[in-house]
Amino acid sequence: MSTTETLAAPPQAPAAPARPSYARAFWGLMLRDARLLRRDLFSFVVRTIMNPLFFVFIFTDIMPKIGQNFSGVGAANFATILVPGLVAIAILFQGIMAVAMPLSIELSGTHEIEDRLMAPLPIAWTAFEKIFFSVFQSILAALVVFPMVYFIPATPVHVQVASWWLLAVVIVLSSFTAGALGLTIGTLVKPQQIGMIFAVVVTPIIFLGCVYYPWALLGRVKWLQIATLANPLVYVSEGLRAALTPAVPHMPAWAFLAALVLSAAGFSWWGIAGFRRRVIN
Amino acid sequence: MPQAAIEVENLVKRYAGPGGGVLAVDGVNLRVAQGELFGLLGPNGAGKSTTIGVCTTRVRPTSGRIRVGGVDVAAEPPRARAGMGVVTQFRALDRGATAWENLYFHCRYFGWPAAASRRRADELLAQFQLADRRDATPEAFSGGMAQRLQIARAVAHRPRVLFLDEPTAGLDPQSRMAVWDLVRGLRAEGMTVLLTTHYIEEAERLCDQVAIVDHGKILVCDTPARLKQSTGAGAVARVSVEQTGAELEARLRALPGVTEVEPTAEGYRLLAHAREGLAPAVAAAAQGFGLRDFSLHEPSLETIFIHLTGRELRE
Ligand SMILES: Nc1ncnc2c1ncn2[C@@H]1O[C@H](COP(=O)(O)OP(=O)(O)OP(=O)(O)O)[C@@H](O)[C@H]1O
Ligand SMILES: [Mg+2]
Repeated sequence: MSTTETLAAPPQAPAAPARPSYARAFWGLMLRDARLLRRDLFSFVVRTIMNPLFFVFIFTDIMPKIGQNFSGVGAANFATILVPGLVAIAILFQGIMAVAMPLSIELSGTHEIEDRLMAPLPIAWTAFEKIFFSVFQSILAALVVFPMVYFIPATPVHVQVASWWLLAVVIVLSSFTAGALGLTIGTLVKPQQIGMIFAVVVTPIIFLGCVYYPWALLGRVKWLQIATLANPLVYVSEGLRAALTPAVPHMPAWAFLAALVLSAAGFSWWGIAGFRRRVIN
Repeated sequence: MPQAAIEVENLVKRYAGPGGGVLAVDGVNLRVAQGELFGLLGPNGAGKSTTIGVCTTRVRPTSGRIRVGGVDVAAEPPRARAGMGVVTQFRALDRGATAWENLYFHCRYFGWPAAASRRRADELLAQFQLADRRDATPEAFSGGMAQRLQIARAVAHRPRVLFLDEPTAGLDPQSRMAVWDLVRGLRAEGMTVLLTTHYIEEAERLCDQVAIVDHGKILVCDTPARLKQSTGAGAVARVSVEQTGAELEARLRALPGVTEVEPTAEGYRLLAHAREGLAPAVAAAAQGFGLRDFSLHEPSLETIFIHLTGRELRE
């Protein structure tokens, strides 16, 4: 470029710009998020591994050594039960950590998102980019957590991938659900309410998410088994259970796949509508 | 009529809310010609940001037709955004990103290829005197630096129309001058600029055209020079006295050359044809009323604002 360039477009340029490329703008947003994630990779890894690391360490390494053992289910020990569950938490909670919390702050406090809202693509695409980028973050989180829950336990873990296709589909659908749920929460919640959300939403989701026990076993507490069907984490855990530890009882594939598709679509719709409501008056 | 850069016809915006909501903009019409530097001057809550919000696709109009760069903003928001640059009232830089990245990614959002975006970011940092802050994040920036970076980012994709919402609010005088110089430079290059302000001086010294807004309506719209002439006054005097009253008011009104007398908190404001002889005449008239203070001014846009609304624009 020459030094005679000016800041503004030359006056003879056509007044009405051509239709902008939405795909390129979308790609630009992805590049920006990727750059910031790369810069923040250390804190991403730390916040992703701390909870599963301590969980597996205490419950599958220390507890058996001090004679406090959980029995597991049938032939599967507790460490094996935990593998899909802890990976499921890692996936779902990226949606809250990487989408909901930053978005809530950007929308109400810092307005950092302003410049991206002025990008030449429909607002719904800008909202969808949040979900789409977080899919990669969730997959990354799953990849970070898996080796920990596989290698740390003192007792052997039995993982057996019956179908790589099923595993891939479950992970992608789960990651979409996580991002869409994060978008929904981020547009609904004020930054001051985030602590509250952890107490009243996150805690029950985790403990009632079939992370530490397979859903089938809840049959002995029927009302709870039915109530947990409203929890998206149940389908993530059960889907991963079917894909990673098929020997442990799990829901039929049609059930968790349908539920994951529905929650991904439903939260996407809800989250995008909420985003639009927040940024356009 | 040549196509205007910004056309606003009968804009009405009512925000939803209890009791019928808030009527923020009440029938605004604007035409900003290509290359013009246009100012919206008005007090807090006048509807300036709402008007800019509608033009920049961020506020949906209740009714009215708005075109920016020939594009209907309500019908085709992404295409309208492609041709405009915006600096909002919030200092809203991307804090996790460096100054350079703020510019680089902005270009990418507008579809620029990587190499061109990189060159553009470098060029803008140099032009806006931010080259030494290239890799710093904006958290560490002073208000003036942050505002320069915001303007640089807004023009990075070479828009033809630039919207600046209170570009110098909260800046020190030196930074304000720097922003004025930048805006003048952009204008010289053919950019159309619509800015809002509640600084009289900014509207007077920077803008080609000024629209004075209050309660969602445009009261007058003209060049600063013509607006100032429109009161017919050659001088404005402020008189502060211990006792006000009908008698003093009548005496002031009767002074030669005085066209108008308006009561203020401390006394009166006088509009007169000329300043000569006004001071001694007022001093004589106020004899016995406890004259505390007297000052003479050139008429300003403030004069016309007070003239039209009976209130002062808060500086
Ligand atoms: N999102 C909103 N919801 C409801 N009312 C709003 C909203 N935004 C602005 N208003 C109201 O609309 C009116 C005009 O506000 P606006 O922000 O356009 O004024 P302004 O001229 O920019 O003022 P300022 O100088 O304070 O920035 C005000 O009464 C304000 O309270
Ligand atoms: Mg405003």
